[in-house]
Amino acid sequence: MSFISVFDVLGPHMVGPSSSHTAGACAIALLAQKMKNGALKEVEFTLYGSFAKTCRGHGTDRALLGGIMGFATDDIRIRDSFEIAKERRIAYRFILDEKETEVHPNTVEIRMISENGTQMTVRGESLGGGKVRIVRINQVQVDFTGEYNAVIIIQKDRPGVAAHITRTLSDQGVNIAFMRLFREAKGETAYTIVESDDRLPEDIAETLLENPNVRDVMLVQQ
Amino acid sequence: MTDFKSAQELLTLCEQRQTKISEVMKLRECELGEIPMEQVIFRMQQALEIMRKSAITPAKMPTRSMGGLIGGEAKRLSVHRNKGKNICGEVLGWGITYAMAVLEVSASMGVIVAAPTAGSAGIVPGLLLALQKEYHICDERVVNALFHAGAIGYLAMRNATVAGAVGGCQAEVGVASAMAAAAAVELMGGEPAQSLDAASTVLMNMLGLVCDPVGGLVEYPCQNRNAAGVAVALVAAELALSGIRQLIPFDEMLDTMYQVGKRIPYELRETALGGCAASPSGCRFCH
Repeated sequence: MSFISVFDVLGPHMVGPSSSHTAGACAIALLAQKMKNGALKEVEFTLYGSFAKTCRGHGTDRALLGGIMGFATDDIRIRDSFEIAKERRIAYRFILDEKETEVHPNTVEIRMISENGTQMTVRGESLGGGKVRIVRINQVQVDFTGEYNAVIIIQKDRPGVAAHITRTLSDQGVNIAFMRLFREAKGETAYTIVESDDRLPEDIAETLLENPNVRDVMLVQQ
Repeated sequence: MTDFKSAQELLTLCEQRQTKISEVMKLRECELGEIPMEQVIFRMQQALEIMRKSAITPAKMPTRSMGGLIGGEAKRLSVHRNKGKNICGEVLGWGITYAMAVLEVSASMGVIVAAPTAGSAGIVPGLLLALQKEYHICDERVVNALFHAGAIGYLAMRNATVAGAVGGCQAEVGVASAMAAAAAVELMGGEPAQSLDAASTVLMNMLGLVCDPVGGLVEYPCQNRNAAGVAVALVAAELALSGIRQLIPFDEMLDTMYQVGKRIPYELRETALGGCAASPSGCRFCH
């Protein structure tokens, strides 16, 4: 949203005590779990900076674990997320890294392993007031807030892939709000993030995957 | 398009349209957010419900905070009043009980509405719900008061800051208290200019307040300051409603608060390195 809404002032509705350390942490994990492929089996959170410092007292650990299980920032189950994770047989681990200083003070890296064996790492930052952004997916630096409906495309850095993406979106009548391209190195893995005001059609992933250079497609909807 | 960038513009809009601050803020939300009015009002009703629950529950069901520094204060205040021993009077008595309750809920991982932040979430519901109780005000008018509070908070977010890490506690508790004071004035029948005067008074009286949470936790002295924030707001609203005008307009006070905030040393901006956090007793919880 481009304007400061009255609900940005009186909000978010959240499980306390901290909008950046609790609600923000939950929001990052909530975004991360939307990107994973298959049911979650194992998760590892590495906390940096002030996240690592006030992890326990601000419930950052419970909020992260709650978010990864799909709980929203105002879901009271966050309080019991350790117990719920055990019931769901999700193995979790927290690593506190207070030494690393070359990161935003409220940073977490989330490594998710699914039942089907796929692995994914997402790094997010909590920016204050419950606002967050994802800054890294696997090894690639990205920049994405989850405030819009988004499609994240993992592709090979080859000519024509971006054209294939925009053509597919245009055929489906999707109006692009933002579109950005990130890559590891020339010719290696690249990421395209397309954000839109409206919900994206669920079947868009199939059409995008028709191009042999498109490896994976993730829809992160509101 | 209904929009404003300063308190002065907001006042002009109210005068031109012969309307209240809360009405301007509601229209602004509909127009800029492209959302129908019923939906905007519905969302605010939901916020009010969460606020009410968090303000009332701890007096009956006290909970210890995650950090272990607070818990049970709302119940103590409640028992104290029930014995007829309270010295604050009804509105302030309820106001501080509610405000401390909300922080207790927040610190024990209960659901609250940040207003404008989690650490200052008790003040707006504290004062408005206390006035509602004492003067038998309907929910519809309290919801309007929340939109009014939102207008003041929006100006603070837009033109200054509401982050303790940037501007100290004056930016969190100070702004929350300014929001509550202005909204209380409209709720009790005051004019837009009086609301803005009340908001200005609060910032004046809270100027320079540092952010120094013990152990880095949003618990102590945050909870005490939420109670104090209700008192400062109530005083400012009373001054405004009596017709006392303020020399310094809200826009200028907001800028003053921001300038002062930027000069507050790093140790006193949410780092837990100074103030109460660095006192010998506070530092028992140092990392």
